[in-house]
Amino acid sequence: MSTRTRRANTARTIEAFMKLVTGACVALVVLTAVFILGKIVVSGLPGISLDFIFAKPAMGMRAGGIFPIIVGTLMLVTLTALLVLPLGIMAGIYLAEYAPKNLLTRIVRLSIANMAGVPSIVYGLFGLAVFVLLMQIGKSMLASALTLTCLTLPVVITSTEEALRQIPSDIRQAALALGATRWRAIYKVVLPAAAPGIVTGSILGLSRAAGETAPILVTGAAFFLPTLPDSVFSQYMSLPYHLYVLATQVPNVPPEVTWGTAFVLVAGVSIVSMFAAGWRSVQRRKVKW
Amino acid sequence: MVMSAVVEEAVMDAPYGVAEPVRTIEHAAEEINGSFSLTDVSVAYGAETVIAGVNMLVPTRAVTALIGPSGCGKSTLLRCLNRMNDEIGNVRVGGTITLDGLDIYQKSIDPVDLRMRVGQVFQRPNPFPMSLYDNVAFGPRTQGVRKRDELDAIIEEALKDAALWDEVKNHLKKHAFELSGGQQQRLCIARALATKPEVLLMDEPASALDPISTQQIEDTIAELKNMVTIVIVTHNMQQAARISDQTAFMLRESMDQPAHLVEVGETKRMFTNPDDRRTESYITGRFG
Repeated sequence: MSTRTRRANTARTIEAFMKLVTGACVALVVLTAVFILGKIVVSGLPGISLDFIFAKPAMGMRAGGIFPIIVGTLMLVTLTALLVLPLGIMAGIYLAEYAPKNLLTRIVRLSIANMAGVPSIVYGLFGLAVFVLLMQIGKSMLASALTLTCLTLPVVITSTEEALRQIPSDIRQAALALGATRWRAIYKVVLPAAAPGIVTGSILGLSRAAGETAPILVTGAAFFLPTLPDSVFSQYMSLPYHLYVLATQVPNVPPEVTWGTAFVLVAGVSIVSMFAAGWRSVQRRKVKW
Repeated sequence: MVMSAVVEEAVMDAPYGVAEPVRTIEHAAEEINGSFSLTDVSVAYGAETVIAGVNMLVPTRAVTALIGPSGCGKSTLLRCLNRMNDEIGNVRVGGTITLDGLDIYQKSIDPVDLRMRVGQVFQRPNPFPMSLYDNVAFGPRTQGVRKRDELDAIIEEALKDAALWDEVKNHLKKHAFELSGGQQQRLCIARALATKPEVLLMDEPASALDPISTQQIEDTIAELKNMVTIVIVTHNMQQAARISDQTAFMLRESMDQPAHLVEVGETKRMFTNPDDRRTESYITGRFG
């Protein structure tokens, strides 16, 4: 056999082997995801009923429903959205459209990237120290929302910036050449075009916030409350923390209650994420650059 | 020839055009008419001067073509006229550029106002991702026009002037991206015309288009020069010869020195009997 054929054979073997290895890794990832989701669905679905969703917990949270917990989570995420979206989107617009290309901008951008890597419990401790204690907001929904705002900000800023950068610069030029100010060009032309990306990024950031336990554990989430929160200064119950409580703090919780709670959390976050992804792909198909 | 006699005479007399716009009592009525005068214009990117010593006159209601090899600063010079270079940053423009006698680089001039008088059409069609109607309405809306019937009239007129009306009059709600490339470019022309500019700058407006669309754009330009002053950058010699009244030839002879204006004059003369040998070589295709 000539050297050339031998080399070709070796190359073919490596090719086949690598295809197998990389494929096996994907299979492992998919299996893990399927197993986790499957376990949640199989164990959680039997616990789901209208009562489970619309009733209060009973018998020391071992029975009844999780209505206050769902409401608490929705209120917390809504409040976080109200805080983080204006701030994050505006900051993203500045970085993408106005910021000069200099060292300071690079440092700011790097800091934001680093913010995304800070562990969530550190945000929790920061929130406890600054919002709860220093600013004397107390353990409350507001303190938690502010903490989650810090946690979600880098995601919202970065996805806004990325979405704006994907819009070709020649339409900005066209708007400016028509006598538009920078802001008018952004507000009327660039921002609407970038909206799908911004909305998707924001929703993904918020769904991460919805599932966080550590930051809310130390800033306002309650073990159990007999009533719904009546203001942003009240404490509240929340799905991820409730799940932690059911799994580790309360003895003899029927598994369908714990898994049912997990199912509601995962289903809620997935539905919102899938809606965001679907909406974006529809928008993408509508506008081709 | 649509150039006014006075301006034409001025262009012919001076070697590189004229420093000051020539005015006579007879022409006072046409005072605001969109003619540029460039005096010793230079452009620098940071420390590097890329264009130097440009003196020329852009006469009103005529087509001025800027020609020259790639990288000779034609587009850069064009963007000086509506101060789009301001948006790049680190660009300095020297010398004086006046529009109807008004120094467009003086402190009191807001580039935003200038750009409503001096429109631009770009090399690649760049419609906004919205309906045809909203594309053309963008400029008038920026100028504060809100009334629907007023907008409708402006849009119809602009689309007619850009020779697109008949094709799209029943589809104004259509998304601009559904048009062909040539239609998109005529939409961009309509969009620029809707602000009622006195000057229209065109940066190789047909270079991304097929021959038929190019022909339509050229026909449109021929119509438009009765309404606005046109300055067009083109790589296409035949195009410059076909559509322009005045031609300016720019050249950057080496990377060590800035580009300059070799010759400017009536197109017919430039293409038949140029003063400068370099112009002749370029036009006859010996380089560039």
